[in-house]
Amino acid sequence: MLANIAESVLATGCGRSYGDSCLNEGGALLDATGLDRFMGLDDAGVIRCEAGVMLGEILQVVVPRGWFLPVVPGTKWVTVGGAVANDIHGKNHHRAGSFGAHVTRFELYRSSGERLVCSPTENRELFAATIGGLGLTGLILWVEFRLQRIPGPGVAVERIRFANLAEFLAIAAEDPAHEYTVAWVDCLARGRSLGRGVYFRGSHAPLPGRVPPPSAPRFRIPFDAPGRLLNRATVSAFNAMQYRRGLRKRSKRTVPHEPFFFPLDAIGEWNRLYGARGFLQYQCVVPETQDGGVIRAILSRVASSRETPGLGVLKRFGPAASPGLLSFPRPGLTLAVDVAFRGRRTLDLLDQLDGLVRDAGGAVYPAKDARMSRESFRSFFPAWPAFARQVDPRFSSSFWRRVHVG
Amino acid sequence: MSAEAGPRRVLIVGATSAIATEVARAYAERGASLFLAGRNPERLSNAAADLALRGAARVETAAFDVLAHESHGDLVTRAFAGGPVDVALLAHGALPDQARCQQSSGEAVDALAVNFTATVALLTLLANRFEAQRRGTIAVISSVAGDRGRQSNYVYGAAKGGLSVFLQGLRNRLHHSGVSVVTLKPGFVNTPMTSAMPKNRLFVTPRRAGRAIHRAIEARRDVAYIPWFWRPVMALITHLPERFFKRLRL
Repeated sequence: MLANIAESVLATGCGRSYGDSCLNEGGALLDATGLDRFMGLDDAGVIRCEAGVMLGEILQVVVPRGWFLPVVPGTKWVTVGGAVANDIHGKNHHRAGSFGAHVTRFELYRSSGERLVCSPTENRELFAATIGGLGLTGLILWVEFRLQRIPGPGVAVERIRFANLAEFLAIAAEDPAHEYTVAWVDCLARGRSLGRGVYFRGSHAPLPGRVPPPSAPRFRIPFDAPGRLLNRATVSAFNAMQYRRGLRKRSKRTVPHEPFFFPLDAIGEWNRLYGARGFLQYQCVVPETQDGGVIRAILSRVASSRETPGLGVLKRFGPAASPGLLSFPRPGLTLAVDVAFRGRRTLDLLDQLDGLVRDAGGAVYPAKDARMSRESFRSFFPAWPAFARQVDPRFSSSFWRRVHVG
Repeated sequence: MSAEAGPRRVLIVGATSAIATEVARAYAERGASLFLAGRNPERLSNAAADLALRGAARVETAAFDVLAHESHGDLVTRAFAGGPVDVALLAHGALPDQARCQQSSGEAVDALAVNFTATVALLTLLANRFEAQRRGTIAVISSVAGDRGRQSNYVYGAAKGGLSVFLQGLRNRLHHSGVSVVTLKPGFVNTPMTSAMPKNRLFVTPRRAGRAIHRAIEARRDVAYIPWFWRPVMALITHLPERFFKRLRL
């Protein structure tokens, strides 16, 4: 199959990774979205489908049958192959771990022409390398994984405002009682308000009334916004509004699962709000200290910089070990933030954050990265030598060449 | 539309083609009962598993070669064994290499055999069944290529053009029995059939083509361009005077 392609290849799905891990400059991309068939679902909730099936399509099929994906990311526009290759995590990491923890088997096509079924007991090294392996170990043909039972298509959500990082940590201590938890954080708040935001936590619940059909985006951003639409003043005003929305400090209600899990999917091409130069996303995880020390330092560095951080998301990861050699999730606090790209000075800020994360023994998420150095990569992913041995000789990506080859 | 209760019963020939797969999914999501005919048994059973999970009330398959005319009767009998068929979609076809057709009369005749003759043979049997049950829809994938002959693919175009004319006549005949005949004319669709062609902005995904076909069938359109923008494009192309058109390199 790969014989008549001269360059290196990389499978691509929805292309929703933020950086260059889903690009292969100068090489070829294999569009895996044609691998879009369901293969089977048994009574125990073990589902098998080809790698190009979208998570949104799976939900459409399994939710009416009383099942749900074991882990969902912030968008339903992700293929199963991409979910494995990035060992994605979600708002239930503290209870469920990463997506890879629910994968029972998959089949990998290697450039040698071999088709290998990999599981925790067969081809174990390739199994561990492919989960979180950024598509570098070969083409994933199909994936088999375990679904979870749900009582209905709704989510009972609680919204709690927190005034600073200390309050966040106090609420996070209650995480084990909730299936899903995540917090929006105001990355421009400083001083006593540093780390203020809104906590969302919820659990699957029956939804009274008719189940709403899966939604297409309600509207899309039709063109690139002027580059300065999002600046520190407009984001600060938006954040203040977001923080004060609703008069009460706490509120509870049951909503359909889509707006809870995929709020941004309601706005097509939201990335255009950042203008033609776009933004960089930065997501790190750092081991937790008593007062959230490193996250406090990172938030403070972002807030006091000249950069424009947009959406910030904060969550405490659970203790579950991730199955992949290059898996990102690990115990600690994770912060994700969009930063409008303003050239060198934006990169400088993120390099400084990398330094803080390295010193703390944390990691930055490759799926969202476009600029981490090779030294940082090796520090974040100490298993890289074992991983590199499993990389398929014909597969490569722009990310991989940046952090490893040459 | 079928007045009886129970799922819509849909027969699809050439069911594992990329476009037919998407039409089948649109029907599966609405709980239809599907009868899939195609050449490759393994691909048929893969499609059946996919469609069952996507919501099809029932999926039957039949491995079948449309070129084997003697097997058509058996297929039609099986498809109608469970009762009236609401929709029959003929989606089989092959895109021949025009240059090879010009070098070999065998190639040219083969292209007509799969895209025209076999379809006519099958439609002859299907038409009588639909006429007898006095309801339902026969939908056939023709092509914009059949609207006007062009030097780059006129053998395929001739087969599809002949098919479109056949369907006009059949529509006229079956109208009086309450049976609809839908001529589907896709333009460029990004499928294995067009994998050798360089892609441009006129190409659409099989999903978009399949959903448009499903809508056209359910609306019982007479002639549907897939997607819609081919209708004005082909109106223009078919109205160019021949003495001018023949000078173009299309």
